[in-house]
Amino acid sequence: MEGRPFNDISYEQFLSEDKLMGSRCQKCGVLFVPPRSICIKCYGSEMEWVEMKGKGKLAAFTCIAIGPPFMIKEGYDRKHPYVCGVVGLEEGARVVARIEGVDGNKPETIKIGTPLEVEFLHSGEGENSTTFLAFRPS
Amino acid sequence: MRGRRKLGRGVAVVGAGMSKFGMFSDKDSKYLFAEAFHEMLSTVDKGIDPKDIDALYLGNFTNDFFVHQGHWGPIISDLLGLTPKPATRTEGACASSALAFREGVFAIASGFYDVVLVGGVEEMSKRSTEEVTQGLAMAASPYEVKAGFTFPGVFGAMATAYFARYGASREHLMNVTIKSHNNARLNPKAQFNVSIRDIMNQRIEKAKNKGEPVPAWRDEKEFLRDPRANPVVAWPMHLYDCCPISDGASCVLLVAEKIAKDFTDNPLYVVGIGQGSGKGLHAKEDLTYFEATRYAAQEAYELSGLKPKDVQIAEVHDCFSIAEILHIEDLGFFKPGEGYKAVEEGLTRLDGSKPINTSGGLKCKGHPVGATGTGQLVEIWKQLRGEAGERQVPIKDLRVGATQSLGGTGGTCTLTILERR
Repeated sequence: MEGRPFNDISYEQFLSEDKLMGSRCQKCGVLFVPPRSICIKCYGSEMEWVEMKGKGKLAAFTCIAIGPPFMIKEGYDRKHPYVCGVVGLEEGARVVARIEGVDGNKPETIKIGTPLEVEFLHSGEGENSTTFLAFRPS
Repeated sequence: MRGRRKLGRGVAVVGAGMSKFGMFSDKDSKYLFAEAFHEMLSTVDKGIDPKDIDALYLGNFTNDFFVHQGHWGPIISDLLGLTPKPATRTEGACASSALAFREGVFAIASGFYDVVLVGGVEEMSKRSTEEVTQGLAMAASPYEVKAGFTFPGVFGAMATAYFARYGASREHLMNVTIKSHNNARLNPKAQFNVSIRDIMNQRIEKAKNKGEPVPAWRDEKEFLRDPRANPVVAWPMHLYDCCPISDGASCVLLVAEKIAKDFTDNPLYVVGIGQGSGKGLHAKEDLTYFEATRYAAQEAYELSGLKPKDVQIAEVHDCFSIAEILHIEDLGFFKPGEGYKAVEEGLTRLDGSKPINTSGGLKCKGHPVGATGTGQLVEIWKQLRGEAGERQVPIKDLRVGATQSLGGTGGTCTLTILERR
């Protein structure tokens, strides 16, 4: 784990292992999720991996009725919108993710500030496998 | 910012033209650019010999993906008979031709060229909505795309953050849409040059003719609340919150200030230019504004010595209704959280104290991505010279106008300020 480069490839690998990981600058302590290989605060390049607890709050969201092809393939459409959001993690960083366990047809019931916990959605097999970062109300 | 920005020498706009924006099955982007170029030539009061053009800067975003030809600068140069003069393509997603304009200004300000053509073009409607959505997503952050965000989705999410912070609602977004349509009704170049009221009447007429139940909308908002008339795209963004898929072209002619009067007695001077870059949605410090626009604005105001209150009219990048509200705050026209109230009070209407998007904006004029930045300048050109016809704003001594562009989900933002002296 320690040896993985601080980039999106590693970030995605960790997601497939049910881990939400960020990088922390060893010099000034700033946390980045997804990871950065250089610190944009002090420009230090010594990073360490940190696992997020996976708890956060909903900061913004949208219920998408017309999605990209890969979401349409999953069965989402105008009658079955899916929800995407921005989640403020307990550790301070924010991530964009799918929001599960809420009704995309009833946006008025989805509240900013709702406590959430992480969920890893595994999709496809072999070379086509990927993991989507998701959160659901805790 | 370290030190004060300055231009090496003055630059003026002496001509501006655009094609009609719309969805054209029988017109390609070369044809559309020729249309814009022709109109531009006709607006140069004392005439211009195209052979005097030193260089072309062309904004274009999606040709690689949609037309499978990415090297569009020399193709347009050849189209206009400008070869072997240099042609440079600029890419800044939806702000591509705003960047072309900026490069053209720098090229003249440096003293290198005297006469530069800047413009933009995009041909989008011959592709399926799915392909266009995919193509435009090339300008979003990869994390947003992976999470399933679409462009309307990103702006929808920012709207929910804005609503929660300031107490605004969907009803306030409708005010933007209704105003944009009212303005576009007076713009013959607009893709949708009809008011919401016109659309309602058309629908009612159609229902009557077909013997179907006649909708009983009492006003525009009731129409916009009706999910059959205005379905959700990415909540709270509905169909009428979103700009359309468009084809079109636009261009302006830039010259060194010292020779501007050779072309017209009524040039517009480039007094402010600014550009900023921004982070993806997850990394934004705040979800209710665009840091890139604020930076671009600061740069342009500093260069011009003007303040937000000095800008009398503006075209802003209303790719989605919420964006117009965020931009008029980021540009300092209204305080954060006050933009939606200003729209509600009518301050941004054609006859308001700060008319915004008199052309109908991207929402109604259309948004042929690469053509939008210089297309906005065409509107300011017309307004500042008193040539905007029915939609001419009634401001006395109209001298200062601005255009703001946004590329991607806030990755590239610009502000340009023009002045008539």
